[in-house]
Amino acid sequence: MKISVDQSRCCGSGMCVLTDPDLFDQNEEDGTVVLLVEHPGPGHEATAKEAASLCPAGAITVS
Amino acid sequence: MTELISDELPITRQHPFDPPAEVTEIRDKARMSRLRFADGHLGWLATGHHQVREVLASPKFTNDPARHHQSDARFQGEVPPERRKVEPGMFLSQDPPDHTRLRRMLQGQFTVRRMNQLAEWIGTIVDDQLAHLRSLGGRADLVKEFAMPVPSLVICAILGVDYDERHRFQEDTAKMLSLDSTFDEAMAAIQRVQAFMRELIARKKENPGDDMISDLIATGEPTDEEASNMAMLLLLAGHETTANMLGLGTFTLLQHPDQLKVLKDEPEVIDNAVEELMRYLSIIHFGPVRTATEDVEIDGHLIKAGDTVLMHVPAANRDPEKFPGNPDELDLRRPASGHVAFGHGIHQCLGQQLARIEMRIGFSRLFQEFPDLRLDVDPEEVPLRTDMGIYGVHSLPVAWSA
Repeated sequence: MKISVDQSRCCGSGMCVLTDPDLFDQNEEDGTVVLLVEHPGPGHEATAKEAASLCPAGAITVS
Repeated sequence: MTELISDELPITRQHPFDPPAEVTEIRDKARMSRLRFADGHLGWLATGHHQVREVLASPKFTNDPARHHQSDARFQGEVPPERRKVEPGMFLSQDPPDHTRLRRMLQGQFTVRRMNQLAEWIGTIVDDQLAHLRSLGGRADLVKEFAMPVPSLVICAILGVDYDERHRFQEDTAKMLSLDSTFDEAMAAIQRVQAFMRELIARKKENPGDDMISDLIATGEPTDEEASNMAMLLLLAGHETTANMLGLGTFTLLQHPDQLKVLKDEPEVIDNAVEELMRYLSIIHFGPVRTATEDVEIDGHLIKAGDTVLMHVPAANRDPEKFPGNPDELDLRRPASGHVAFGHGIHQCLGQQLARIEMRIGFSRLFQEFPDLRLDVDPEEVPLRTDMGIYGVHSLPVAWSA
């Protein structure tokens, strides 16, 4: 499983950090997404998918 | 396929916590239906959760009010598009790239981490306000003494607005949101708050403080006009929204004793309880609105360039396709995330992480400190904000054992 993020689309809602702070963080400057783990283990599969679906700006892709 | 056409948006609620029954009926027949707008335009009404999300996420829609057909002339009368022009800095009503540029100046201030760092301080504001409530004896108006002051104190301190100057904007922010205000009255209220904000920006330039407005000016990025409108937007948004969730949410919990018991017996349910109360109550009557800038297909319907779509968040948040079981029931244990009460797309609420913390601490401590809190009037007598753009209760008379 691979997570990719697109900072240019991100609107800094923080939904990803709220959903799984082990996988996502936010840039202090402009609040955009910082990906902490590109290839999460099976324990984070569900939350990674949830973060992608909750993201209001469609900035997170899970493949 | 025959299309369902409504000549007017149903706005009368049969029950204080539910969207109008006619809107629910429309959703259950057609999640995308047609709606006649005030100027005769045959636009769209999106009532399904998926459909609302799809419109809000699409870059093929604008949020420029001058390009929207006016949905309803029952409020404010008919307003010609040229009078609905957006002023610099009102990023909520702007599209990229202006919206992106302005919102990014603020996004770093509202991150999950920053907001979590405020939790302890917000806790002291809540505790002080609860101590004040107790000092009033055994009965009070919860809106006036708790639900309104808490978010107001918080946003004023964050922005660097003197809370003691609230008389200079609180009446006007209410007028801006009042559905009974004429367009001219609402505009006059906006102009008065803008004047207050311009004065505040000038003061902060002279004497910067440790606050968000000073930080925003210090970046040198926004013009003075942009900064004052951005600050006004934050003040308005921070004031009227959380306050109404706290007021209406408390009313809801008092009317659902089984669910209130869940909150008291299982305090760890609070994070989900906040999401469920947001889903269940939505607190806007209807909206938001978007207009297609090019032809776009939504859920199999061709929305033509220039068509305006009115979205119905309260109906979408009760959509059984998204929230199976009984979505019209309050269930604090239900998986409620994914609701659209904070909106969706690039305009999704900037202050949502602050609002969550205020609600989490506000509801938890209110019922910890006042476990026997009860309504002090018949539920039918609670004055509902049917006359305001943001729904809620005007007042909530409550009592407790002193």
